[in-house]
Amino acid sequence: MKELWRNAHVKRIATIALIAAVVTIMTGPEGNGAEPTAGFTGSFASHVTFFGLFTAQRWLVALLMTVVVVVLTWSVRYVNRSWSDRTHFRGQAVQAMTSMIQGSKRRSKFKSTRYVFFAIGLVLAIGLPHVITDNSWQTQIVQQILVYVLLAIGLNVVTGFAGLLDLGFVAFYAIGAYTTAWVTGALPTPPPFHTHLNTFFAIPFAIALAMLCGVLIGLPTLRLRGDYLAIVTLGFGEIIYLFANNLFGITGGATGTNQIPFLSVHLGALKYQWGLNPVPYYYLTVGFVVLFLIIFSSLEHSRVGRAWVAIREDEVAAESLGINPLKYKVMAFAIGAASAGFAGVVTASQTLFVTPPTFTLQFSINILVLVIFGGMGSILGVVLGGLFIQIFVVYLEHSPPSGYNSQDLYMYLGALLVVMMIFRPAGLFPSRRRRREVNQIKAGTAPDALLTNIGPHSRVQEET
Amino acid sequence: MNGFIYAMVAIGYTMVYGVLRLINFAHSEIFMSGAFASFFLMKVLVGNSTPTAVESILYLIAGILIGGVVGAVVALGIERVAYRPLRRRHAPKLAYLISAIGASYFIYNFVGKEFGRINLSIDAPYTNNTVFTIFGASVQTYYIVIFVVGVIMLVSLERLVATSKLGRGIRAVAQDAETASLMGVNIDRTIAVTFMLGGFLGGVAGFLYSIPVGVVYTMGFTPAIKAFSAAVLGGIGNLRGAVLGGLLLGVVESFSVAFVNGAYIDVVAFVVLVLVLMFRPTGILGERLGRSA
Repeated sequence: MKELWRNAHVKRIATIALIAAVVTIMTGPEGNGAEPTAGFTGSFASHVTFFGLFTAQRWLVALLMTVVVVVLTWSVRYVNRSWSDRTHFRGQAVQAMTSMIQGSKRRSKFKSTRYVFFAIGLVLAIGLPHVITDNSWQTQIVQQILVYVLLAIGLNVVTGFAGLLDLGFVAFYAIGAYTTAWVTGALPTPPPFHTHLNTFFAIPFAIALAMLCGVLIGLPTLRLRGDYLAIVTLGFGEIIYLFANNLFGITGGATGTNQIPFLSVHLGALKYQWGLNPVPYYYLTVGFVVLFLIIFSSLEHSRVGRAWVAIREDEVAAESLGINPLKYKVMAFAIGAASAGFAGVVTASQTLFVTPPTFTLQFSINILVLVIFGGMGSILGVVLGGLFIQIFVVYLEHSPPSGYNSQDLYMYLGALLVVMMIFRPAGLFPSRRRRREVNQIKAGTAPDALLTNIGPHSRVQEET
Repeated sequence: MNGFIYAMVAIGYTMVYGVLRLINFAHSEIFMSGAFASFFLMKVLVGNSTPTAVESILYLIAGILIGGVVGAVVALGIERVAYRPLRRRHAPKLAYLISAIGASYFIYNFVGKEFGRINLSIDAPYTNNTVFTIFGASVQTYYIVIFVVGVIMLVSLERLVATSKLGRGIRAVAQDAETASLMGVNIDRTIAVTFMLGGFLGGVAGFLYSIPVGVVYTMGFTPAIKAFSAAVLGGIGNLRGAVLGGLLLGVVESFSVAFVNGAYIDVVAFVVLVLVLMFRPTGILGERLGRSA
């Protein structure tokens, strides 16, 4: 029996079957405390309909899935073995795919394809409201997609560029939203100055305040090592939530406020009033997304960006070269917070209310998933990953398949995080630098700092 | 008295940290799984009946065992799925944190989906009476249970790590994994056992914690964060430190009830955590699973 279990083939089939079973249960119906087995049995016993065309028992689908995947992995292995150089084959496939996305590896060409991509994206973004004319959809696009993309490119600066795992990123988003409410006089606290005419000033004000809070939160916490930083930022995220929820006299407490006016600008000849129509908000947000994209990508290749990379890779070495790690880490925090602050303004002023339940830890994790999925440190990847996941999420919310509950989303996102870390840690569209790091680690030629981060590891490669 | 629960959960953090130099973000879900397992067992065993004294004790032991075993199994699963593949690939530290967070999110939302997202009150295996009164403070059955179980668990774990061959293996890996593997210690197995030991205590703690407050799929988050603060307070990687930190944090929290608004009571642990990390990052007893334990 033990011999059988040691057999690699048996092991693989068992693993695949287990994964198929888990996926089947994940997509199955819900259970509850009174009948705890309902969810499990229902997942296998009930029927599933594909595209309204044909119906099948769920357990049969699971079985079929297992068989197909087993056959597929076997054939792939067979092909690989006969190919003689497996890594070569795989490398070519990956290269072909990424060069399709990012253009050739040569720098000049690479850059021009990127500009072409950027231009196409911009044209699509400008044309979109003329294609999707339904107002509620347009609102969804701003609130569910663009705001998330904004937050993701902000978190990308912190986590992707500087390598700091911030689990409380939602705090800056909350600060942006509450600042908007504060500046426009919607909170119980009196506004800092009289801006009832020019609510547009909420934008620079919120961005500045979010950046300031980035510095204030960053200064004590960024001295800590990576894993401590994660848990402390998580703590700050929770503290901000608790304060927002409980300081009734300042933030409006659990009910928040719903008195926020639309954005408006009255500066001499320039007069504009944003309103119920989501299209102006859409263009405003797209404009800021583009602005942040330009700023962040030029930062990436600047002196500051190089300092971030150095710190991420080896803090001690970076320090010995005269880089002040704390300074640059705090900078990353503040700069990342800027886009989150603006995202807060968009949410607050378009939906006209802020309430604490928006700003939970789950939100931070959601943003983290977007960054990880697209590729840490790759701006293009994060934008594409964010668009992809959020479009999918909006679709799921709009037409949920049977057995899907909107609260299940985080289950899938959590599973996605694990799967990404196991199979594609650099993300779907990795930055060139990350890709090189991963390849180096695979080949065992990485600088020591990348290899010895973790205490014990057997240096023996797994034989597959 | 929550101190014992924090201590038991903190042990899980500290042991994993000792061998891997990593915070196991999914530990809160081990705690929650143990609580759910014993919740269902209690439902079957106790139901609506009122158990006699002997039955109470037997049920308690059964609940502790099932909570611990399920905690250990979940811990093993997390190690296998979220940690081992990354270890094989020499992944950077950030990758472990992210995959552990993912595992944590997956597990608790999965439990929420399968067992409902409302708070379920547990069928307590005993009736909670005041046993005796000391200095005007009444001591209830619940406190005695926690105290007895906590002391037994913590002492036996301490002995296990300090004296047995297994414990020697754990300490060896914590001190220097590569050398330990040269000396014939099976690293993968040692790490798995470490996760399971921590998971067992975490599961038991989950059961004890849930007796008065019931179970809900998000129950792991707050106690786990506090336990982590406790582990850091005592000196992460240090078993005795985790116990000391847990008990100390329990006391600090009980006292701060008098000074802090109830809504902010959870903030106290964070403040302790941040202060400790800023002024004495190695904790009270220092980081040293390898040397003393």
